[in-house]
Amino acid sequence: MTTTGAANFHDALTQRLGPDRVLTGAAPMAAYESDALTAFRARPRAVVLVDSAEEVVDVVRLCAAASVPFLARGSGTSLSGGSLPVHDGVVIAMNRLNRILEVDPVRRTAVVEPGVVNLAVSDAAAPYGLYYSPDPSSQSVCTIGGNLAFNSGGAHCLKYGMTSNHVLGLEVVLPDGDVIEIGGDSLESVGPDLVGLFVGSEGLFGIATRITLRLLPKPETYFTLLAAYDSLAAAGEAVAAVVASGLLPGAMEIMDNLAIEAAEAAVGAGYPLDAEGLLIVELEGEKQQVAAESELLLEVVRRSKPYLEHIASDPDDRMRIWKGRKSAFSAVGRLSPDYIVQDGVVPRSRLGEALTKIQHLGEEHGIRVANVFHAGDGNLHPLILFDGRVEGELERAEELAGEILRLCIDLGGSITGEHGVGMEKRQYLGEMFDEADLDAMRRIRLAIDPGELANRGKMFPDAEAPALLSHGPHPLEVAGVISRE
Amino acid sequence: MSGVVHRPASAAEVAEAVRGAELVLPRGGGTKPALWSAEGAEVLDVSALSGITEYLPSEYTVTALAGTPLAEVEARLAAEGQYLPFDPLLVAAGSTVGGAVAAGANGPGRLRYGGLRDFLLAVTFVDGRGEIVRGGAKVVKNAAGFDLPKLMVGSLGRLGVLTECTFKVFPHPENCATLRVAGMALDEAIEAAGRVGAGAVEIECLDLVHGLAGWDLEIRIGGRSFALDARLKRAADLLDTDVATLSGDADARHWRARREFGWASTDASVLKLPLTPATAGALEQVLADLDASQVARVYSAGIQQAFVAWPAERVADLPALDRALSEAKLTALALRAPAEAANQPILGYRTGGELLRRVEQALDPAGRFGRLE
Repeated sequence: MTTTGAANFHDALTQRLGPDRVLTGAAPMAAYESDALTAFRARPRAVVLVDSAEEVVDVVRLCAAASVPFLARGSGTSLSGGSLPVHDGVVIAMNRLNRILEVDPVRRTAVVEPGVVNLAVSDAAAPYGLYYSPDPSSQSVCTIGGNLAFNSGGAHCLKYGMTSNHVLGLEVVLPDGDVIEIGGDSLESVGPDLVGLFVGSEGLFGIATRITLRLLPKPETYFTLLAAYDSLAAAGEAVAAVVASGLLPGAMEIMDNLAIEAAEAAVGAGYPLDAEGLLIVELEGEKQQVAAESELLLEVVRRSKPYLEHIASDPDDRMRIWKGRKSAFSAVGRLSPDYIVQDGVVPRSRLGEALTKIQHLGEEHGIRVANVFHAGDGNLHPLILFDGRVEGELERAEELAGEILRLCIDLGGSITGEHGVGMEKRQYLGEMFDEADLDAMRRIRLAIDPGELANRGKMFPDAEAPALLSHGPHPLEVAGVISRE
Repeated sequence: MSGVVHRPASAAEVAEAVRGAELVLPRGGGTKPALWSAEGAEVLDVSALSGITEYLPSEYTVTALAGTPLAEVEARLAAEGQYLPFDPLLVAAGSTVGGAVAAGANGPGRLRYGGLRDFLLAVTFVDGRGEIVRGGAKVVKNAAGFDLPKLMVGSLGRLGVLTECTFKVFPHPENCATLRVAGMALDEAIEAAGRVGAGAVEIECLDLVHGLAGWDLEIRIGGRSFALDARLKRAADLLDTDVATLSGDADARHWRARREFGWASTDASVLKLPLTPATAGALEQVLADLDASQVARVYSAGIQQAFVAWPAERVADLPALDRALSEAKLTALALRAPAEAANQPILGYRTGGELLRRVEQALDPAGRFGRLE
């Protein structure tokens, strides 16, 4: 773009939004230059703070007319660098679009704007005995728009699925500024599942401005069991036994010793510090059913010989157990100046094999790895600890991260369970999929966005997206505003 | 139909057939003619692409070639105490894996854990350029790349010919039983359904069945045998009226017949319509306006979908139904329908046309599968 062109574009933005809501220059934009994938940083051309869906449409149209790339950003908690700015592009900050437009207890739906924080949906639904199921660890800050773009998960995905399984209808601004409606209010639909295609498209198909979410009745009761093992493998075997028993727990989580140590130091969840593997299993539902299931669960878990078991005694105790688990990522920051949160999936029966190999890979690279994972669905989160100030450590950590992803592919799994490909895993998408698969995805992208303006540079292996390496946690993380999952 | 039928035995042969055709639509078990019998279209019969290629009970995943009969998949899962929670339709009639995905339709059991879209993990398909494309992954959790499996759900054979699908499966409830209240008024039945739905008891199926004496409310509950009686009583207490109970084989037979459309006359067109308890009234109004208040119908899966049996003698009124549904912002899919409906299996209100047009352009630029409007 010529200097005059750039000035005209900037003028058009300020004319539409007013000068206060168009940020330029290093200082005002600093907080937007990175997300929770802190190793990357890029400077946008401008950050615009939008107040309405109409403003989103107008900004997208201005960008389209001037061929300026753009991306929508919520709280910037993406661990895959999905909300990293496109260099010289526009960041559309969605946080002010944070109204819950409707909660309908009969239909069990909520209609929300994309800047609504995940947990706020459950809070709004609570008076009706309902809740919003996907629960990423960052749920107290991450937004529904970001959850939608990256098909976020959480600890309770095995039974009720990820974000995609809870989005019914959308109003979408396509990358050229066209506005469409897809889906509706019903759990059922007719014709190709365009909502399903849009969710998890990492911002490459445009911006959702109005989202209809499905709400679930709050379980009447929970049964939360903590079991400690003297080996990680034993905890893994317990998970296999629970699955074989025909039970369908709402969550099954495992943490290794390093993760336990970090979580305990951070929030004092009451985890046994000497455990090599800690298993959390949670049943949820109606009283009679959970009572019947919990007997079977205890029987199965006891056969796996934990050296210690603890049943959550009341809702506070349960919250404490989950707080430890959910803070594990950010807590690891206490053990190491820098870390990479990985996100891979392996078939559940190969968890033990994967963990052993990850341990060996860590030793080979001389790098510590803590492990937290959603064992119920084979979703690993190795936390790779390094010090970016030590020459070569970042490179070795990234190399190790890559080897872990290749291991997941080799074992028949996926390079991401819930964080998305984003910036971080672009070069591995081509190892998971064949050229014909990627070509079909590229064709869809180009048919929807021929100028590749929407979140340019993300997901595809060959995409351009200049970024600089940096060191240390994100400023918002230091301030305790964001955390990692 | 053009009369030309291909019978490929591999994905490569599917690709070859697609590349050589001007207009072609896939057929599995042939149970949903509206999906494959468009005028002038060659038929790609995928029934030779059959067989379960991988079943890992401990992973909760099963992979089968697209022409595999669902009955075979269900039998194999049942032997391990597992099932397809979306509750596929027309299983005994011969419906196949690929046809179920392409139709994107579910039975009453989808209420408990979700529909086919929620249980499809990976697909292989041949797109309109004759390329073999894979999407998703054969594990229960995955967020890599665009969600092509979901795009194929409900694609009606118009975006690609499925050759292999992987599903998530779940353990089957140990035992199930059904509560039944006969002869209610519709608003009374919807209100009672809401009351039970809002209670703590978790429900497998909740259907309202239209009959001569009004509406029957049917509520199926499943889980551990030990707790089942107490849970049935709890739900029955909320109904506060005379309740009959079905259990054991009678219960299983009852729900199997529902998804086979045993309640609709064999020559009727069966339509599926997405619905909510709030829009059921709009559908009733459409039917009343067309003097069709007596057609057999079921409001299924917690009143999230309707199945309507449109009588054979009123086929000429399908265009009028199409218009009335559009005005009421209701959409219907012709699952079983005569040739008259086959060129356009979707009736009524549409959304997302602009996005769909772009996706069709990407996957089938020459329009070999025709276009959905």
